[in-house]
Amino acid sequence: MRNIWIITKREYARYFTSPAAYLVAFLYLLVLGIIFYANVAASAMNAFMRPYAPGIDIIINPITTLLVFITPALTMHLLAAEQRNGTLELLLTAPIRDWELIIGKWLGSFLFVTTLTLITLVYPVTLNFLVKPGIDWGPVISGYLGLILMGAAFTALGTAISAMFNNQIAAFVASLAFFLLLWIIGFPAHGLGGSEIWQYLDFSNHFYNTLAVGIIDTRDIIYYLSVTAFGIFAGSIIVETRRWR
Amino acid sequence: MIDVQNLTKTYGPRLAIDNLTFHANKGEILGFLGPNGAGKTTTMRILTGYMPPTSGTARIAGYDVVDDSLEVRKRVGYLPETVPLYPDMTVIDYLIFMGKLRRTPNVEDRAWEVLERVGMAERAGSFIGSLSKGMRQRVGLAQAIIHKPEVLILDEPTIGLDPTQVVEVRELVKEIGKEHTVILSTHILAEAQQLCDRVLIINQGKIVAEDTPQALQLRLQGGRRIIVEVRGDKIDALEKRLSGLPGVRGVGTISQGRLEILVEENEELRPLIARTVLENGYDLLEMRLAEMSLEDIFLQLVGEESETEQEQEESPAESEAPSNTPADEADEKASEEG
Repeated sequence: MRNIWIITKREYARYFTSPAAYLVAFLYLLVLGIIFYANVAASAMNAFMRPYAPGIDIIINPITTLLVFITPALTMHLLAAEQRNGTLELLLTAPIRDWELIIGKWLGSFLFVTTLTLITLVYPVTLNFLVKPGIDWGPVISGYLGLILMGAAFTALGTAISAMFNNQIAAFVASLAFFLLLWIIGFPAHGLGGSEIWQYLDFSNHFYNTLAVGIIDTRDIIYYLSVTAFGIFAGSIIVETRRWR
Repeated sequence: MIDVQNLTKTYGPRLAIDNLTFHANKGEILGFLGPNGAGKTTTMRILTGYMPPTSGTARIAGYDVVDDSLEVRKRVGYLPETVPLYPDMTVIDYLIFMGKLRRTPNVEDRAWEVLERVGMAERAGSFIGSLSKGMRQRVGLAQAIIHKPEVLILDEPTIGLDPTQVVEVRELVKEIGKEHTVILSTHILAEAQQLCDRVLIINQGKIVAEDTPQALQLRLQGGRRIIVEVRGDKIDALEKRLSGLPGVRGVGTISQGRLEILVEENEELRPLIARTVLENGYDLLEMRLAEMSLEDIFLQLVGEESETEQEQEESPAESEAPSNTPADEADEKASEEG
């Protein structure tokens, strides 16, 4: 545990000294702010014609999309940069186990992504003031639970993919491609026989119709936790096999 | 302290190290000497628990590097060839981070202590990215000794440094070697000669020789060489005369007018040679005793002399010239400073 925490603290702190991480965080919050503003403004202008209050989906759905794009940028360096730097040799000859290293790295990035996600809570709070009689907090709680779980799964996969590359850009592109695949994989399978497995793997099937609208289903939670576990396991195996080369 | 038996490592079809067996005692500085690609780094990586061997065993302080890898890693300090540093960290933060990973007690005090030791305390707050190569090397060394390891493994610790820095790092290694067992790889022979208690010469994954630097010299010398430079006609005739002298084993030509005379170990033949040269009407321009350097031994052992004998005969002679290698220059500088 102690080893994991040492790595995690270092990894989390690194985001706050890295200009790239600030840039990613800035763009994430900026884009989200613009979308939020546009949605609120649109419903305010339409208020006379078709009065409706914007729901929490105008915040949660864009965050999902943004997570697909920012997580690769925040996990790409985790192990790829260590390899490029030669510092991986140092970590792998320190008295820590490979899985402790991977969990430490994952936890650091997961905590940072979670931090960013929690900052976006300002939008539901703002929205609560804008609409009458306030928003339904149920979907906010389940939606943010889903976003945090999704962040855990994405960062775990990103960590594993970063372990495969010496080059951060390659790790970024590979992670992004993999996340996009996971996002849509259930869709082409619609209406085909034997498509359940692909539908199950598709993370959008575990979010938009359940957690995002206030339904907390253990099957969805298990899905995200198993993807996270898979990422950590795969990452540890990848680091381990690097030793044998 | 370090016990290696029949260690072998292959990368696919390529044999990186082949059946290495050696040991190192406590408090000893053991040098790995060999050309690039000889298998020095591979051996070190196995000893540090970075990669497992294909076959054979290595034990450090009684722990197997594969089975008890974590115990081994606790006891080993390692400085890889490319110094592993985080440019975005400050020197002190980096040392504390590494110290914590290696479970150093009182890590902050200890970090300052090693910084003092490597002479970097005044740069503790600097970002590593802004340090010069020599300073980075010292931070790398500090990182390797922070947890007071029983064994210190240094892969080419002086590579890429300027002569003053080379001297500084060597001094540091020497000092550290008083309390730790040190394994050090280098391809600079003077460095091995100067620092190591014992040298392993490795070539193409095999140990070709193992002994103290002095003993290696003695063993392979088997006689002394005298280099003379003369001026005059018909040097062939002089060569014949010289080879007829008692105690002379052979005479060879290095270049026009320069002769190499091999003589018996314990006879002082220089006055006789000088007289012979002068009495036969030649001018004596230079005469000196050439001891075989580790460089010559190395070349002999590695067996490259077979290609062009002329070239090889010349190179030992040249290597005797003072301050012809950066390392020698560094040594001289050190003695001047000292």
